[in-house]
Amino acid sequence: MLKRILSGDMPQSRALGLILLAILIGLAFAPFLFPGTRSLDTAARICVFVALAASYDLLLGYAGIVSFAHTMFFGLGAYGVALASDGMGRSFGALAAGSLAGALAAAALALLVGLFSLRVRAIFFAMITLAVASAVAVLFSQLSGITGGEDGLNYRIPRALTAAARYAEEPFLGMRLTGKVLNYYLVFFGALILFLALLRVVNSPFGRVLQAIRENEFRAEAIGCRVVWHRTAATVISAVSAALAGSLYAIWLRYVGPDTVLSFEIMVDILLMVVIGGMGTMYGAAVGAALFVLAQNYLQALMGAAAEAAAGVPGLPLILDPDRWLLWLGALFILSVYFFPTGVVGRLRGR
Amino acid sequence: MDERMTDAVLATEELTVRFGGHVAVDRVTCRFRAGELTAIVGPNGAGKTTYFNLISGQIPATGGRVLLGGRDVTRLSVAARTRLGVGRAFQLTNLFPDLSVLENVRLVIQSRRGRDFDMWSMAAAHADLAEAAEAVLERVRMTDLAGRKVAALSHGDQRKLEVAMLIALDPKVYMFDEPTAGMSVDEAPVVLELIAALKAQTDRTILLVEHKMDVIARLADRIIVLHNGALAADGPPREVIASDVVQEAYMGKALEDV
Ligand SMILES: Nc1ncnc2c1ncn2[C@@H]1O[C@H](COP(=O)(O)OP(=O)(O)OP(=O)(O)O)[C@@H](O)[C@H]1O
Ligand SMILES: [Mg+2]
Repeated sequence: MLKRILSGDMPQSRALGLILLAILIGLAFAPFLFPGTRSLDTAARICVFVALAASYDLLLGYAGIVSFAHTMFFGLGAYGVALASDGMGRSFGALAAGSLAGALAAAALALLVGLFSLRVRAIFFAMITLAVASAVAVLFSQLSGITGGEDGLNYRIPRALTAAARYAEEPFLGMRLTGKVLNYYLVFFGALILFLALLRVVNSPFGRVLQAIRENEFRAEAIGCRVVWHRTAATVISAVSAALAGSLYAIWLRYVGPDTVLSFEIMVDILLMVVIGGMGTMYGAAVGAALFVLAQNYLQALMGAAAEAAAGVPGLPLILDPDRWLLWLGALFILSVYFFPTGVVGRLRGR
Repeated sequence: MDERMTDAVLATEELTVRFGGHVAVDRVTCRFRAGELTAIVGPNGAGKTTYFNLISGQIPATGGRVLLGGRDVTRLSVAARTRLGVGRAFQLTNLFPDLSVLENVRLVIQSRRGRDFDMWSMAAAHADLAEAAEAVLERVRMTDLAGRKVAALSHGDQRKLEVAMLIALDPKVYMFDEPTAGMSVDEAPVVLELIAALKAQTDRTILLVEHKMDVIARLADRIIVLHNGALAADGPPREVIASDVVQEAYMGKALEDV
């Protein structure tokens, strides 16, 4: 049963299995285990980024395609929800229509970019994705009449998904059962389904062909694989998954803007998550995303505490200043790549 | 088109490729029929591998045509030609190094059976593919290596796997490029037996680039000689080997072995 859900892709390491279980339980019971707006927000972000990093790993780790357009697809899904909610008013219909429109736009754009440029050398493909993603980001900032420009869009989502909706008089396990909790579970199950679907794709015959193409494109052609079509299909699946993750994010945040869903910074974050977790395994994307979002959210606080504790020691408070958190994240990243070149998961699986 | 043209499974007409000023394959016109094993000989650099590359599509021709069952395939991609029945075992081993031996062969069968775009079932659930792959490994006597990663194989075993993948593809036109080069004396006979068995099947067209004359004398129905990219001789083995053109063009050590 479990094997079927995981598409036969077992963790293959006790430590990895335990870590994944911890992440799953932590996220599944987040509203009760970690009450508080801030921690619930962190949990929701982890959910979204696990799905997003997994969709990027399909491309980078399995198909060996380097793309810088992944946030663009994420943004399309997010803006889809935002624009639909803005235009149609708060309703579940708007959320569904926006998600669908975002996913379709992502699919169409991925198909175009894929068919036109996956024939060329990998480096050119990477450049083209960068150019297209920048153009789209500029477009979304410029069309301020529609997209709200740099300020982005605030919109309303159905009341049933907001803190204003109450589902029980009494708190349950210390948590008030509001629409916010329901919203969280929408994000959680949405991300879980996306993740399991991607796991399924990479373990299918199609997924095996992607790995073969990554290994030796020349031979893959000589056994009859239509390499361009496979790569394009992978790009489209990955784009649609990213768009759906973006829609979940937009439903959670009730706000989208270029900085939150389209910036190049997010692209770099996704890349780091996949590399830290381990390329070419979906579980790596999950572990990488969880670690990264936690570090992003709590490293600053941790450093603040450390700086206070080290107040007496000359020099230390300076490098432990919370404003230096990015420096520390960078150091952690370099160390992790140095010590775990195959990522956390590669290390745990003994490769 | 004459009679022979139509019953040819594979034909090349004036097939040519230039690399800059160098003509590597020079207006080669030749037909290959089902059930026939043609040995292609010629000194190093004669253009044998390049001729194969033109037929299977890895290199685009600068002139002439490739016909497969009468159909012009000169502009088709490698994958399209493969799907139409042209198969290739490479002179320089060309495998999926990080995957297992079984997975290499399984991928070929998966592609041949048209399941490459199946995205929603588990690859492991396609038991028939694994069984067929195991059967091929059995034929090349590599069953015990099935789980081994290709990168960890000996050179001879990699060469054998190269042949196994072509057998798994089971094309109409088999192209072997020095299949036994680099194999040990125990391994080479296994591969030669397989080629003989393919020939006995009579519905396959086999092209074999080979330097060892004893092998050619045993297996070939016909020999063609390439010299500086051009077709220098074409005919039954005895005649070709005895001909002046071969004695001149191909006075290598290989001929002295005969
Ligand atoms: N892609 C290429 N670009 C430029 N020159 C090439 C290319 N491929 C082959 N050649 C040249 O074409 C000629 C024929 O090479 P080819 O590999 O076909 O010879 P061969 O008959 O297979 O020799 P061998 O017996 O050594 O395998 C050689 O001079 C080679 O350098
Ligand atoms: Mg050669």
